[in-house]
Amino acid sequence: MGILEVKGVNKRFGGLQALGDVNLSVAENTVHAIIGPNGAGKSTLLNVLVGKLIPDSGSVMFDGQSVLGRKPHEINQMGISRVFQTPEIFADLTVMENVMIPCFARRDGAFRMHAIERVSNEKGIREEAEAILEDVAMLDKRDMTASSMSRGDKRRLEMAMCLVQEPRLLLLDEPTAGMARADTNNTIALLKEIKQKRDITMCIIEHDMHVVFSLAERITVLAQGTPLVEETPENIKGHPKVREAYLGEAQV
Amino acid sequence: MLGLNSKDATLFFIVILMTMLAPFLLNPFPAESAMAQFNAGYPDLMQRFVIYGIFAIGFNILFGLTGYLSFGHAAFLGVGSYAAVWMYKLLNFNVIYALPVAVIVAGLFSVVIGYVSLRRSGIYFSILTLAFAQMSYNLAYSVLTPITNGETGLQVYNNDPQMFLGDGPRNPHFFGLEMRTNAQLDLGAWTFNFPLGYYFAAILMLASFYLAIRIFRSPMGMMLRAIKSNQTRMSYTGLNTRPYMLAAFVISGMYAGLAGGLLAAMDPLTGAERMQWTASGEVVLMTILGGVGTLLGPILGAGFIKYCEKIFSKINENVLHRWFEALPDWIENPLVWLFARFVGEGWHLTLGLLFMLVVIFLPGGLVQGGQKIGAMFRRRNKNAGGAEARAAQQNPPAE
Repeated sequence: MGILEVKGVNKRFGGLQALGDVNLSVAENTVHAIIGPNGAGKSTLLNVLVGKLIPDSGSVMFDGQSVLGRKPHEINQMGISRVFQTPEIFADLTVMENVMIPCFARRDGAFRMHAIERVSNEKGIREEAEAILEDVAMLDKRDMTASSMSRGDKRRLEMAMCLVQEPRLLLLDEPTAGMARADTNNTIALLKEIKQKRDITMCIIEHDMHVVFSLAERITVLAQGTPLVEETPENIKGHPKVREAYLGEAQV
Repeated sequence: MLGLNSKDATLFFIVILMTMLAPFLLNPFPAESAMAQFNAGYPDLMQRFVIYGIFAIGFNILFGLTGYLSFGHAAFLGVGSYAAVWMYKLLNFNVIYALPVAVIVAGLFSVVIGYVSLRRSGIYFSILTLAFAQMSYNLAYSVLTPITNGETGLQVYNNDPQMFLGDGPRNPHFFGLEMRTNAQLDLGAWTFNFPLGYYFAAILMLASFYLAIRIFRSPMGMMLRAIKSNQTRMSYTGLNTRPYMLAAFVISGMYAGLAGGLLAAMDPLTGAERMQWTASGEVVLMTILGGVGTLLGPILGAGFIKYCEKIFSKINENVLHRWFEALPDWIENPLVWLFARFVGEGWHLTLGLLFMLVVIFLPGGLVQGGQKIGAMFRRRNKNAGGAEARAAQQNPPAE
């Protein structure tokens, strides 16, 4: 039984079958990649997992509880964090504030009326935030406005914001899309380091095969809304069905 | 100090000092001089400064922190006024009943309007609040006449129940201290006013200001700024934006209710025009003019607009003729004609021009203007200091 169990999920947009009978099981403490050509339904699947879309049928269980019909913030409070294709951070706030907010969310839940307490008095929260910034080597940038940072730093910050919540499942939506090779390699190194340091399950949606093969322990190939194969990286390379999905039926 | 960091504490003490000394600061010209009409140190205007200051401080908690632009906040001000006058009618003229009830009623009213309006954001939110406020205005003006006394406006009549009145004062008072009491001090050519109502309202404004600083520096203040910055990230961080927004909306509604109650405490009557959309627009102008999202901005903006309203609207053609009487008639008359367009009833024209200038050249409002001037002085001092240092290096002091 995996930490995330997707069973028989269907999603239609008008005449388009975006997801057709998707079954997926992500085992705890693994890195699971979902790959597939454009339009395969990867993003739709991710949006179902985080509560942004509700599927027409099927079930999505996280740690034995259904996530369907829950709002994104409720799903996050269950222990699922998400990294976006373009980093979603609080651009007008400082780096430190960016990481303190998830700390508050973890301690106080989805809402708490703390209008009179002082941020400067929250010692525990500050220490937690500083520790995670230290972890991603950004402590020296703590007072910078987040919008003024480079794309790579924004990505690191977003990761830090997710990690400080200690999620059980981290969903990554093309974390290296549009990055230069050097940045991509840095991101891979960062993710590997994260995986080494803590017990965390990651589910990566990715185009870049270099990233997928450097990180993933299991790979699911999605094509036209349906999973084709689920295998280890070694067995995926050269798998006839995968070649077919990506290159069409013509033999090279 | 007081749970504020040193910068905020300094700001707070400056504001305390300025409000307490306002009767002097706003009255720089001798009573008989030609400039006396620019004095602002009389009861009605000083009270307006602080009351609309409260209104704008509250509005800034919503608009400045979350970026949600409400175009209907005058509705809460009006509701506060009506609630206060009703307390006079039912109980007695002590504001100890009127003000808390004004705040609570405005708070409840804003829960309802906020709950519905906050289902949308951006322009749709603004339109919803505007629609609600106009509905309230029309209800107060006609449909709800039994409660609001329609176009006549609500006031206290001799045959009202006034259960606790006894032989207490027949004007708004705070345990016997009548709001309209005014002490005058004659110093040479100057006459200074010390209205009790002003000091009462000023103390409440200082309390409101202090609370606003605390909210700005609290975790909730940080959450509200985060909502302005990125709502998607908020919900994917496990935070429910709705109750945070509603809390900010209701807090600012209660501030407006307090301001409305205080207006009724200075003068125990009210009318529907307090809820009209122009009144809602005015508080938006005050906040933007002073500096959105800054602590001091709303107070400055409120003071600035109320000053312009009173002073520019008082000047008429006779006054202008007196100013330009030294000039030959063929220059004087066109000049008077030109300036007359911008004063008296035309003061809105002046306000419009000033508003445009501020928005174009100082998007951060008057506060940004102050900061720019401050920075200029600092740079000059630094240069002067640098020159001294260089001079000192070149001419080592003789031993």
